[in-house]
Amino acid sequence: MTNTRIPAVRPAPAAARTAVAPARRGGRERGTRLLASLFLAPTIVGIVVFTVVPIAGSVVLSLFHWNVIDDPRWSGLANYRETFGDSTVLVSFRNTLVFMVLAVALQLLIALALALAVNGRMPVWLRSVFRSAFFFPLVLSAASVSVVMKYLFNQDFGVVNWLLGLVGISPVPWLTSEHGAMATVVLVYVWQQFGFSFLLFVGGLNNIPKEVHEAASLDGATGLRKHLHVTLPLLSPTLLVASVVGVINALQVFEQPYVLTDGGPGDSTRTVVMVIYETAFEQLRFGTASAVGVLLFVLIMAVTALQFRLSRRFVHYQ
Amino acid sequence: MSQATLTSRRVRYSLAPWARAAVLAVCALLTLGPVVWTVSTSLRTPAESFDLPPTIVPAHPTTEAYRGVIDQIDVWLLALNSTLVTALIAVGQMITAGLAGYAFARLEFRFKKPLFGLVLATMMVPLQVTIVPVFLVLKSMGLTDTLLGLIVPAFPTAFGTFLMRQYFLGMPRDLGEAAMLDGAGPWRIFRSVYAPLAAPGLAIVGVLAFNYHWNEFFRPLILETSGQNYTLPLGLVSLQGNLGTGSVSVVLAGVVLSMLPAVAVFVVGQRPLREGITSAGVNR
Repeated sequence: MTNTRIPAVRPAPAAARTAVAPARRGGRERGTRLLASLFLAPTIVGIVVFTVVPIAGSVVLSLFHWNVIDDPRWSGLANYRETFGDSTVLVSFRNTLVFMVLAVALQLLIALALALAVNGRMPVWLRSVFRSAFFFPLVLSAASVSVVMKYLFNQDFGVVNWLLGLVGISPVPWLTSEHGAMATVVLVYVWQQFGFSFLLFVGGLNNIPKEVHEAASLDGATGLRKHLHVTLPLLSPTLLVASVVGVINALQVFEQPYVLTDGGPGDSTRTVVMVIYETAFEQLRFGTASAVGVLLFVLIMAVTALQFRLSRRFVHYQ
Repeated sequence: MSQATLTSRRVRYSLAPWARAAVLAVCALLTLGPVVWTVSTSLRTPAESFDLPPTIVPAHPTTEAYRGVIDQIDVWLLALNSTLVTALIAVGQMITAGLAGYAFARLEFRFKKPLFGLVLATMMVPLQVTIVPVFLVLKSMGLTDTLLGLIVPAFPTAFGTFLMRQYFLGMPRDLGEAAMLDGAGPWRIFRSVYAPLAAPGLAIVGVLAFNYHWNEFFRPLILETSGQNYTLPLGLVSLQGNLGTGSVSVVLAGVVLSMLPAVAVFVVGQRPLREGITSAGVNR
């Protein structure tokens, strides 16, 4: 197409063209570079000031004792030693890992089951009703949702225990017992987040060609077996993405335990990000908080790397 | 395989949809139930707010709780703060991501690859990990406890930049080349040829920014210390109080009010939102 157009827009004599072109091209390149630096400046400057420098800052700060008021004091690895000796910090890492495993597993399981169900034969309007319903909690604020759920999970007046009472289950101390509190945080988090994995799975299922299913059905595969041996392997790249993102998000959980339980009872639902918040902004121990932040970052990278490692065995790309 | 087994299998398959729809309906009910409860309880009198079984339509519907929430916290100020912060961030992100995305997609310059690599790498860095130094940077700029301190750091968006780069890459190169042969400079090519085509991509960036920052809690909690700078989520959590002493229907009325804009965006912008969320997952 371009070949046929070029002669038409070149009325100038050949000699004039060769004389003008290099100068103009040089000007154009300068113009392009100038435009590029103007276009990039806000993003690159912003990223450097608010992400790159803070990362380096976290590592540097983690090597100092600093309470903002006095001058920072070099402390080497003391903050890290302190961290490993602090039972609250250690418990928060354990809680966060337990939370991550429970929340991600539940979230993926529910999302996958619902995506498979929605993907089956049904009227188009019904499918879009279900899809909208499952995706709706994602647009709400985690803080407000936790405010609402705190009432629903109330042991004496909560709707959840009333519903359980209807089927003969005695009131569960959701927010006031250690296991109950962790379960509540997980459930509230999953209630709001499963829609994200659900959307990913629906997208992934749409990308599986219909012929594959038809071929599998003709070969006699049905129901669960078809899903296990045909759908799941084809969906495995999406599963990897959903679990990687799910894990990264879960390791940063904050709003739900902060509003629902304030980390309690005891320290049973205190998460790593809560500890960062409390250490830095309530106790003004900026060095220690930075050390915990660096450790969380390392943990996130390690778990993500591990997932990609394991994925080589389980993920099949078409 | 005989005809009979094929038919029986088909019969079993066609029975399943009812069971499946029932399970889906129960799950949808569990998903929307808390939202319905929130709305209906916000319309009850305080005395009835803990009534069990919860009635969907309140016996004595009243907007008392909404008047209560306006009396107890300055909802209009909170809403104004939230609107200001969210709108400016959304517009800011559309501008920075649109420009940077275009540069990475369509302009030639030195260090393009390493710079793009830098942008992609920052997508991996959680905000919570860098919050202490970010707080100190803002403090040194005098931006803690100001709305600007929430807004400015949120302007650069690694994901938005990535999304807009993909978006511009998807546009035909011929358009720009034709304009260049007509004598248009690089700015004119951007301004008159590509920028007008970018609206749907920018809509995704804007809607995602709105959804995230309207609901944001962690940064406002750390940055905003005086009540006059609170955003809605912060105001609502403090309204409930640590011991949950706030009146239920009043708190829920606040929750409903703060939900309305998010619900409006969900209704109007569901498609860009869905596309954005899905691609956010796939590309993160």
